Amino acid sequence: MMAFDYLRATDAREALDAVQARDGARFIAGGTNLLDLMKLGVETPRRLVDIGALEMGGVEETGDGGLRIGALVPNSDLAAHPLVRARYPVLSRAILAGASGQLRNKATTAGNLLQRTRCYFFYDPAVPCNKRAPGAGCSAIGGFNRIMAVLGTSEHCIASHPSDMAVAMRVLDARVQTVLPSGEQRSLTLEELYRLPGDTPHLETRLQAGELITAVVLPPPTPGRQTYRKVRDRASYAFALVSIAAIVESDGGRIARAALAFGGVGAMPWRNRAAEELLIGERSSRALFERVADAVLAEATGYGENDFKIPLLRRTLTAVLAELTEAAA
Amino acid sequence: MNWIDADADAPLTLRINGVPHSLRIDTRVTLLDALREHLALTGAKKGCDHGQCGACTVLVNGRRINSCLSLAMMHVDDEITTIEGIGSPEALHPLQAAFIEADGFQCGYCTSGQICSALGMLDEAAAGWPSHVSGDLVSGPALDPGEIRERMSGNLCRCAAYPRIVEAISSYAVAKEAAA
Repeated sequence: MMAFDYLRATDAREALDAVQARDGARFIAGGTNLLDLMKLGVETPRRLVDIGALEMGGVEETGDGGLRIGALVPNSDLAAHPLVRARYPVLSRAILAGASGQLRNKATTAGNLLQRTRCYFFYDPAVPCNKRAPGAGCSAIGGFNRIMAVLGTSEHCIASHPSDMAVAMRVLDARVQTVLPSGEQRSLTLEELYRLPGDTPHLETRLQAGELITAVVLPPPTPGRQTYRKVRDRASYAFALVSIAAIVESDGGRIARAALAFGGVGAMPWRNRAAEELLIGERSSRALFERVADAVLAEATGYGENDFKIPLLRRTLTAVLAELTEAAA
Repeated sequence: MNWIDADADAPLTLRINGVPHSLRIDTRVTLLDALREHLALTGAKKGCDHGQCGACTVLVNGRRINSCLSLAMMHVDDEITTIEGIGSPEALHPLQAAFIEADGFQCGYCTSGQICSALGMLDEAAAGWPSHVSGDLVSGPALDPGEIRERMSGNLCRCAAYPRIVEAISSYAVAKEAAA
């Protein structure tokens, strides 16, 4: 691991000033992803500002019936929070489907959103990767690419976003609250937070230099059944090949509202609102679900070994929609 | 601002198993390496050093974490418990005794991590935390073998003593429940 200066910040102001004052400084909280990458030489920050002691924990209801989740709330605490379990079960389920008990105890809410891809080639400094070294080339295209994305990729990068939690956050229309070194505060949807790789795969978010996520805010829960379905290579402690977070409300035999987000398949946690619209006002049927899958997959591109993700996503989606629209027993 | 420079060893005090330990380390030292290489507390093991195997599991403020994915400097305010603080050969913790009784290990390399992880896991379950395999998120989980396997999936055992690890944890949990 490359040597680095270290500061344990006592408050947000000090942390923001510290990152701004010194070149190559990064925030660290749980550290479960950053330290892993630093050991491999993939991440090489020269200075770390530890924000673990900042007052950015806590889960509280907002005035409109939503939920404000502090950036430092551990994944475990969020999944186990009574209000999350009762009102946003898709979020509890997504978090519990990811990582291990030890990692969820340490990993934070904001850190989970900002974790890097697990693309094998990104993790291996001995091979070219446009995300690590822009212009070097992509070893996954034409290489072993079973886990890579099929949506939102580019000719420069086909890495998939690894988070389960972020898929649920996306289906719930979560917003990320941040503070800039100037003290200005911003609020971003996840669609605004994440960038697609395009020709700049090293830029993964629209956060500015020294910008700090302070909280994630969920709007009030919407009516309907929620589920998180994850398909992976083993029963526990593995990243998604395909995952779906879904909320579907039925009314009098017709679908009144539907939200769908996808993990394991996209360069970012994926959502397709046009596909969701196809469900509204319709009676559930296999043919309808196939049309929704057609819409989600219209732009999907396989790269050889990950071609299977396209039919796998289709089958998982039709199964999830059938489950959520089935008449209550 | 109290920056600790990259090129100098800095003083640090960690509270481990109820005892303060002073050491001088550079900023890169993980909690695992501080325990093993600087304080000779070699119960926690280095398996993968990337948070994938769980051999390094310790309890920090009662919660299980991978000590390999944490910097020692991050733990100045914490109470750290390692296997050395849980039991000794002369005074085994009941869960250690349960591992021996159930033959819950072969080479033993993962065992310290398994035991620290299991103690953290049982507290999580007692607090009502659901798991990926819990049918119902809201009511408290029943700790059946399926729940134990899911909750312990962050601890690998290359000897594959899993059935007996689950048995050891289960028998300890049942005995603890009966005594409560």
